[in-house]
Amino acid sequence: MSVTPPQFLLHHDGDSVGVAVQDLQPGTLQGRSVKQGTEHTAILNEAIPLGHKFALKDHAEGDFIIKYGVKVGLASAPIKKGDYIHTHNMRSYRWEASRA
Amino acid sequence: MGSKPRLTGFRRPNGTMGIRNHVVILPLDDLSNAAAEAVAKVIPGTMALPHAFGRLQFGEDLELTFQTLIGTGRNPNVAAVVVIGIEPKWTQKVADGIASTGKPVAAFSIEGKGDLYVIAEASRVAAQFLMDASEIQREPAEIGDLMMSIKCGESDTTSGLGSCPTTSQAVDRWVAAGGTVLFGETSELTGGEHLIADRCIDDACRNLFQMTYDNYIKVIESTGANLLGSQPTQGNLAGGLTTIEEKALGNIAKTGSVPVMGVLKPAQAPDPSKPGLYFMDSSSAAAECITLMAAAGAVIHLFPTGQGNVIGNPIEPVLKLTANPKTAASMREHVDLDVSGLLRYEYNLEKAGDMMMDVIYRCVNGRLATAEAMGHREFTFTKLYISA
Repeated sequence: MSVTPPQFLLHHDGDSVGVAVQDLQPGTLQGRSVKQGTEHTAILNEAIPLGHKFALKDHAEGDFIIKYGVKVGLASAPIKKGDYIHTHNMRSYRWEASRA
Repeated sequence: MGSKPRLTGFRRPNGTMGIRNHVVILPLDDLSNAAAEAVAKVIPGTMALPHAFGRLQFGEDLELTFQTLIGTGRNPNVAAVVVIGIEPKWTQKVADGIASTGKPVAAFSIEGKGDLYVIAEASRVAAQFLMDASEIQREPAEIGDLMMSIKCGESDTTSGLGSCPTTSQAVDRWVAAGGTVLFGETSELTGGEHLIADRCIDDACRNLFQMTYDNYIKVIESTGANLLGSQPTQGNLAGGLTTIEEKALGNIAKTGSVPVMGVLKPAQAPDPSKPGLYFMDSSSAAAECITLMAAAGAVIHLFPTGQGNVIGNPIEPVLKLTANPKTAASMREHVDLDVSGLLRYEYNLEKAGDMMMDVIYRCVNGRLATAEAMGHREFTFTKLYISA
């Protein structure tokens, strides 16, 4: 497998977030989907550390965030494509009391 | 993997097979920790398992403590057990529960005698048990003889991308070869519990799973507490996981693709005539969960981690793997397998599965897990409610 190491991964094509697999600076990124093996390009708006997520599409407040092809949370604030996503703009949709 | 590698283990009188040969000094209750630890000092080579409970418990909570103690003694990684308790009745109950395996067991109680007398008497027996156990030879073993358990911890997003899918490979291979695997972490299925329900072998299993899950969540939600920082943990959050649903999907990624054969109560042993994957109702706290799984008879544990958990268990070797390259570098004395190459596309998942199986085989055959070498012996009881 002589593949250039990706900068980000998404679990499934169609996921609304990507995961940094290196410490990343803002700019254009090369990534892959794990399930389908598809190559993806994305723009990152701010620096994020390895393991953290960014948006692959715009989310309005209340939109579901999709990872593994499954709903894994809600946007608790509007999120622009390329924005860092964590507890400041995403929350659980199952555990109402669980919020930053 | 080329020619089929050889597995070995220690056959117990009841036919079960372990991969370690411990002589355990088991305190019934917190009051007996001092005497148990003293015996293990007098007879090095035996191992005391101090813990915090065993007094004034009642009902279902007491039964779980008994089952945890008895199951720990019955675990095939244990060759012989000395039980020490403050009073004779419950001490004998635990000793009897272990003795039906046919392995050597002795019971000592402290009331009316004092620690020093008990330490002397128990040490004589412990020495005899240790010498006898030292003659037990390893025999050829099959995967079907060796119960595995899985539970992840200090997870981050790399867990769902690398270490959990690698564990999945091992789970599917273990079950395909006739083995049994336990998974648990009830609250940590939230958002993906339908995926587990869909894999239940029949409606009875599915209904029991759903009821078990719903009951656990009801208890958590009835507190009204904000769980952020507890579940997901602060470590999960630092590693980039934001919600319980996101964490759950990574957790579930380690359970393989095989059906769920049944739902177990905490510390309950699965039906040995029906091998396969079982769900155990359990806390997601690492030490509690693995203590329950070892009490159910699991002899080897796979523990995917992201941010770097250091967990071990006194009687069940815990193999830790990570796909986080920072953790693999900064905490390497706690990492049995580094699969961070998966994230760099240096090898595929099947190859990572081969690497995992190699580490498992070596551990089964006697190579110490990092947790064993580092002295991690977390033995932690699950408490269902307050004591009387």
